[in-house]
Amino acid sequence: MAEFQQFTLNFGPQHPAAHGVLRLVLEMDGEVIQKADPHVGLLHRGTEKLAETKPFNQSIGYMDRLDYVSMMCNEHGYVLAIEKLLGVVPPLRAQYIRVMFDEITRILNHLLWLGCHGLDIGAMTVFLYCFREREDLMDCYEAVSGTRMHATYYRPGGVYRDLPDSMPRYRDSRWRSSAEVKRMNETREGTLLDFVEAFTDRFPGCIDEYEALLTDNRIWKQRTVNIGVVTPERAMQLGFTGPMLRGSGIAWDLRKKQPYEVYSDLDFDIPVGVNGDCYDRYLVRMEELRQSNRIIRQCVQWLRANPGPVTVDDHKLVPPSREDMKGDMESLIHHFKLFTEGYTVPAGETYAAVEHPKGEFGVYLIADGANKPFRVKVRAPGFPHLAALDDMVRGHMLPDVVAVIGTQDIVFGEIDR
Amino acid sequence: MSPRSAVLAEQITARFDGRLQQVPSRTGELTYEVGKADLTEVARALRDESAFRFETLVDLCGVDYLGFGQAEWDTTTATGTGFSRAAVREVIVPDPAASFDPRRFAVVYHLLSISANQRLRLRVFTGSDNPPVLPSLVEVWQSADWYEREAFDLFGILFEGHPDLRRLLTDYGFIGHPFRKDFPVSGNVEVRYDPDKERVIYQPVSIEPRVLVPRTIRDDNRYLPDLKEGPARG
Repeated sequence: MAEFQQFTLNFGPQHPAAHGVLRLVLEMDGEVIQKADPHVGLLHRGTEKLAETKPFNQSIGYMDRLDYVSMMCNEHGYVLAIEKLLGVVPPLRAQYIRVMFDEITRILNHLLWLGCHGLDIGAMTVFLYCFREREDLMDCYEAVSGTRMHATYYRPGGVYRDLPDSMPRYRDSRWRSSAEVKRMNETREGTLLDFVEAFTDRFPGCIDEYEALLTDNRIWKQRTVNIGVVTPERAMQLGFTGPMLRGSGIAWDLRKKQPYEVYSDLDFDIPVGVNGDCYDRYLVRMEELRQSNRIIRQCVQWLRANPGPVTVDDHKLVPPSREDMKGDMESLIHHFKLFTEGYTVPAGETYAAVEHPKGEFGVYLIADGANKPFRVKVRAPGFPHLAALDDMVRGHMLPDVVAVIGTQDIVFGEIDR
Repeated sequence: MSPRSAVLAEQITARFDGRLQQVPSRTGELTYEVGKADLTEVARALRDESAFRFETLVDLCGVDYLGFGQAEWDTTTATGTGFSRAAVREVIVPDPAASFDPRRFAVVYHLLSISANQRLRLRVFTGSDNPPVLPSLVEVWQSADWYEREAFDLFGILFEGHPDLRRLLTDYGFIGHPFRKDFPVSGNVEVRYDPDKERVIYQPVSIEPRVLVPRTIRDDNRYLPDLKEGPARG
């Protein structure tokens, strides 16, 4: 058999560890990576160009589909940018609802990341555990917006509607006994807030379960410790944000440093890593799960005690109630204009960023006074992370590429846009 | 503008004198226009000098200002036949030979200083060159690498000194720069499987372009004229 030493390896675009449609062209020396060239764009849908052709509100749904595992955080960035240009501040209750759902989304995202990262490097059980908890949070999405994933729930000026008084319930079926259904519906008898609170009571125990499976696991540590080390200077130079930057030891979190909504009133901590390797980023994200749980609990307390409006009372921006439309001419006109033409945003430009589960999600919006944006640029956190893949895997072995892709928490919806 | 941004603005004025033009903003964000020739030097200074310390290039994007502030539906004056009712989309035919309006293409850089917790936006117009060219900032911020590839791919802006300026997001063999305003939303070609030739073929698009909601500009009295930023085209 001929001896191969230098060769080029094609990885993906259809590969379970490619987290979607990543095509990697790897130049190898034996089993050592010499150069990694990611080919992206297989999921490019031209979201930004499409947004230029639609009234502002019609693009909120596109934002869900960017990073399709942290839907509401994407909406948040876009909605914040519009609000900044309009000079609108949503009511406090809407801000708390947004923060609560941002953190629910963070848990959703980190659970998917943990499950897939585990699965990629050989831990099957965690994946099943994570998806069990994701199911409950998806139900929260469903209760509030009607859909389990692409919610389109945030609106400029607030959120689409107030939190519901009831949760969807399981029904008796051929596959589930009524005793089992009764047990599954135990936490679903009350309001959404009751359900979320019951979840936050249970969830720290779940995190302990994941940690019991992984944190001191010998194989897990062999696959992640000292893999993909990034120094703090290098991380800043490469444009890292979020857990990728915090894993390298820089305490940078927009929720603390440039607080938006009500984050400045909430009590939470920012975990940072020390070595900047895959294991530290794992620890950072695990701690973020606990902190998000803490934030959600505070939001639930506040939302219980403070009922009130969830949108601004400006019908140039937010549709009037269905009831008003039946008897009030003005409301009917507002409704008609909003849904046929939308609202115009004053000329100007702004950049609004939120601390997305993956890093800084920013929307750069240029408006020229029309009812459609002139230019929308989505600053996806995963984009500079994937761009640094070559930097991170050079000199590592082939299986480590999978560990690095996993630790970067890559989702192609946002990178390709 | 927050007091800290005001301090930064003063420092920038003192350091760069007239080379950075501040753009007024109603949201209190700092935006500066930089000349093409000064870009690399200004970027280096902003990264390295202790007054600025912008360690991270958070975002870089191309902008095509063609048709800025133009509406498809006249709302201010009624003609003899009343307000216009249907949107007429002007079809812009790109002319490959022409030189551009000097304020058509711009690249916008978003800088972030993690140590000083500051943000800054720089805008550079490419001038009338066809194709538009700017110096690359990969040497200053590594993260510019893919962002510049993206801007090249989508807007056709060339970056001088970029080590590997290839297309990033569009298909292998794609023709044109899809985010330019004169590139139709429906694209120029579509792909389908041809049963006769037994392979996938490219053919001109069969979709008619249409406007669902016309682009409308209203002079809303809530946005007082003195609060409005002038259109970026001077």
